Amino acid sequence: MANIRLVDLRHSYAAAPRDDGDYALKRMTIDWADGGAYALLGPSGCGKTTLLNIISGLVTPSEGKVLFDERDVTALSPEQRNIAQVFQFPVIYDTMTVYDNLAFPLRNRGVAEGAIDTRVREIAAMLDLDAMLPKRASGLPADGKQKISLGRGLVRSDVNVIMFDEPLTVIDPHLKWVLRSKLKELHQQVGATMIYVTHDQTEALTFADQVVVMHDGAVVQIGTPIDLFERPQHTFVGHFIGSPGMNLLPCTIENGMAHFDGIAIETRARPKVPAGASKFEIGVRPEFVRFADEGIPVRIAKVSDAGRFHIVESRHGDTAINLLVAEGTALPADTAHIRLDPAHTQVYADGWAVT
Amino acid sequence: MRFRWLIPTVYIFFLMLPIYWLLNMSFKTTNEILGGFTLWPNNFTLENYITIFTDPTWYNGYINSIIYVVMNTVISVSVALPAAYAFSRYRFLGDKHLFFWLLTNRMAPPAVFALPFFQLYSAVGLFDTHIAVALAHCLFNIPLAVWILEGFMSGVPKELDETAYVDGYSFWRFFFKIFIPTITAGIGVACFFCFMFSWVELLLAKTLTSVAAKPIAATMTRTASTSGYELGLLAAAGALTILPGAVVIWFVRNYIAKGFALGRV
Amino acid sequence: MSRKTHNQRAWFFVLPVVALVAFNAIVPLMTVVNFSVQETFGDNMFFWEGVTWFQQTLASERFHASLLRQLLFTGIILAIEIPLGVAIALAMPRRGPWVSVCLVLMALPLLIPWNVVGAIWNIFALPEIGFLGNLLNGMGFNYNYTQQPLAAWFTVVLMDVWHWTSLVVLLAYAGLIAIPDAYYQAAKIDGARFWAVFRYIELPKMKRVLTIAVLLRFMDSFMIYTEPFVLTGGGPGNATTFLSIDLVKIALGQFDLGPAAAMSLIYFLIILLLSWIFYTLMMRNEEQ
Repeated sequence: MANIRLVDLRHSYAAAPRDDGDYALKRMTIDWADGGAYALLGPSGCGKTTLLNIISGLVTPSEGKVLFDERDVTALSPEQRNIAQVFQFPVIYDTMTVYDNLAFPLRNRGVAEGAIDTRVREIAAMLDLDAMLPKRASGLPADGKQKISLGRGLVRSDVNVIMFDEPLTVIDPHLKWVLRSKLKELHQQVGATMIYVTHDQTEALTFADQVVVMHDGAVVQIGTPIDLFERPQHTFVGHFIGSPGMNLLPCTIENGMAHFDGIAIETRARPKVPAGASKFEIGVRPEFVRFADEGIPVRIAKVSDAGRFHIVESRHGDTAINLLVAEGTALPADTAHIRLDPAHTQVYADGWAVT
Repeated sequence: MRFRWLIPTVYIFFLMLPIYWLLNMSFKTTNEILGGFTLWPNNFTLENYITIFTDPTWYNGYINSIIYVVMNTVISVSVALPAAYAFSRYRFLGDKHLFFWLLTNRMAPPAVFALPFFQLYSAVGLFDTHIAVALAHCLFNIPLAVWILEGFMSGVPKELDETAYVDGYSFWRFFFKIFIPTITAGIGVACFFCFMFSWVELLLAKTLTSVAAKPIAATMTRTASTSGYELGLLAAAGALTILPGAVVIWFVRNYIAKGFALGRV
Repeated sequence: MSRKTHNQRAWFFVLPVVALVAFNAIVPLMTVVNFSVQETFGDNMFFWEGVTWFQQTLASERFHASLLRQLLFTGIILAIEIPLGVAIALAMPRRGPWVSVCLVLMALPLLIPWNVVGAIWNIFALPEIGFLGNLLNGMGFNYNYTQQPLAAWFTVVLMDVWHWTSLVVLLAYAGLIAIPDAYYQAAKIDGARFWAVFRYIELPKMKRVLTIAVLLRFMDSFMIYTEPFVLTGGGPGNATTFLSIDLVKIALGQFDLGPAAAMSLIYFLIILLLSWIFYTLMMRNEEQ
């Protein structure tokens, strides 16, 4: 177990990077607490795999330091860092049995056979693999093989951090749920620091205590799933998390208050306008928009059925505003007024929250 | 392993050494060669090459070889394409046995066929023609082409065929306009191997020809035995036979490893 | 992908292939079978001989000697070329500008006409004026491949290694670069050293390519004719007379059609049998 710190990290795959665009990872400093369950969430190409590989040591960062328990490990190889990584597709040693697969990392480190046996059986039990131990690893289905990959990481008791790079990609949908629960259970049992990379918000939000959202090589927000949902710090977070994503209304700031198309909108707090900011938006999740007798006039454009509620797409001028209404609620026919819940309405300047 | 690069380097050096020696000899006069041992030509001369380029018995040899090799490649790949498609897409009576039988022909020793071919092709009046050698080489090139193409074709999803039929394509239009473009890499690999095995083969090429279609290989071996070792000339002739191979490899260099990997491996 | 449809029409597609290959395979083979059971004294007079030629060949010392020489030769070159080819493939860079250069240079010997290969080594190994000959004699060895059987074998083997190892290299290399990076990364994380990586990751994943390489080298070396013929003519004496060389001598040289035909069939059958054995042995583990 270890606490991991990334200090002033920046990475470019180009030999001589010139401007910000050449960097796969923009400058960041992050703390990963010992024993935490983290998710690294973001769309494809946002740099999450790069970040993961820098932590595991498969990639050396162009700038910055990686510290495990305050020890500088930036120059150390993956095996010297004592980490475990589970990849997108199962990586197992085909010619060996499940038992030998799990024992492999310990044998390479010269652990005694007796100790190996105890440990392997312990981990196999945790992963429900005990019945498979004498079988050839290549004969298992995809989820079994991923469990072996995971097991090889867990079998070393001194492992500092376990990293998952979209590990459920090749798993059948109905098994994904089973494995996800298993991972959560394992985290509670083992207590190791776990970092789970994914582009799927459901996976991230159900597994992690803390979610690190990345966009375009930069960390946009770190917080609990609730934080991310209720207080998105960046429009990207608002848009990426939640289904449907957050509504964004272009606005102006007058007299210290946000105005949408001339209508004054009450927000969570008074917006602090940074100098030089040019684009202002009001962000509010569809869950916090209601029909009211007065407020913003809108036209009902479309109603979609989403099971237990309806998604109503309304329009004010060119701007679309989605709201969620419970099943069975009477819907206005043509035009209506909507009201935004001030406690959950934020103002964003150039994408970043200022309320 | 810090000196890993040494291994391929030493190996390549080993490969290039005899070729260098050949080039070395080709630029010497026979007198100089027989006179003593020198690492490079003391009297650099182009007369061997000039002889080859000006003497019809020599340059015709190259032309003949290229003719039947190209013929064979075209024939082999052309007939292999529909056959490979059939093996890849259809199940028919005896298909597995047929495929296996085709492969066994690759294992046929040319020596076994030398005399029978001589008699067969003479009997049909094709002795000493380019087409004879081209057809004879089909014995092992067609199975090879079918094997390679089938591997590539199996990698193309059947959905492609089905979509084309739904869109109203007739079979042949689909085959030529849609299917073949997806397997150009495979066709390239197949052509490469057909060219290779036909170009290098001597026994059958020599047995089936005498004057009109005599390949360069035969000219060389005749020169070696009759005119008593004109080493310089032989060396030059040999050096020139390496050229087509080198050119072909250069053009397919990107496909070599990829083609092996994608095809049947 | 086993989504094949039943379609007897497919026979039309394979007809050209069947026609051409059958013409080249079946007709000559029938001739061979024909000759193998008959005796001829020319002028199209044939007499039934039954299995005489087969018995004669199988009992002949000359045949045994050729077969033994062939088996020894094939055994030696397989033992050298396969490990050597794999080792070189392992040592080659997986990425970068040198890859193309290496592959092109290595492939060169494969595209040289076989008689030129023989000629190259002929010139290269000449005792006085050839590079290798001069070198070896200069180092104190008494080396003359035209006169000493051992020297002849050494040269023929060296020539074949020079000629064909690259095929093994290319095949092994293709198998190696197909291995996804994640396996190497996982092995690094598991603390595996070079040998473990080779034994548990690379070798298993190269199994299919290696099978092809072994089969091809086995078959082609068993059929070898041109290169040794041009280099040594089968000599000195018959020290390097392998099966094909012997067969051609009997068939085209002596025109002993009967014995040649019998020998041909036995020869072909041996190759088929040994190939099948090799193939089954190597594929057995995979089916578990």
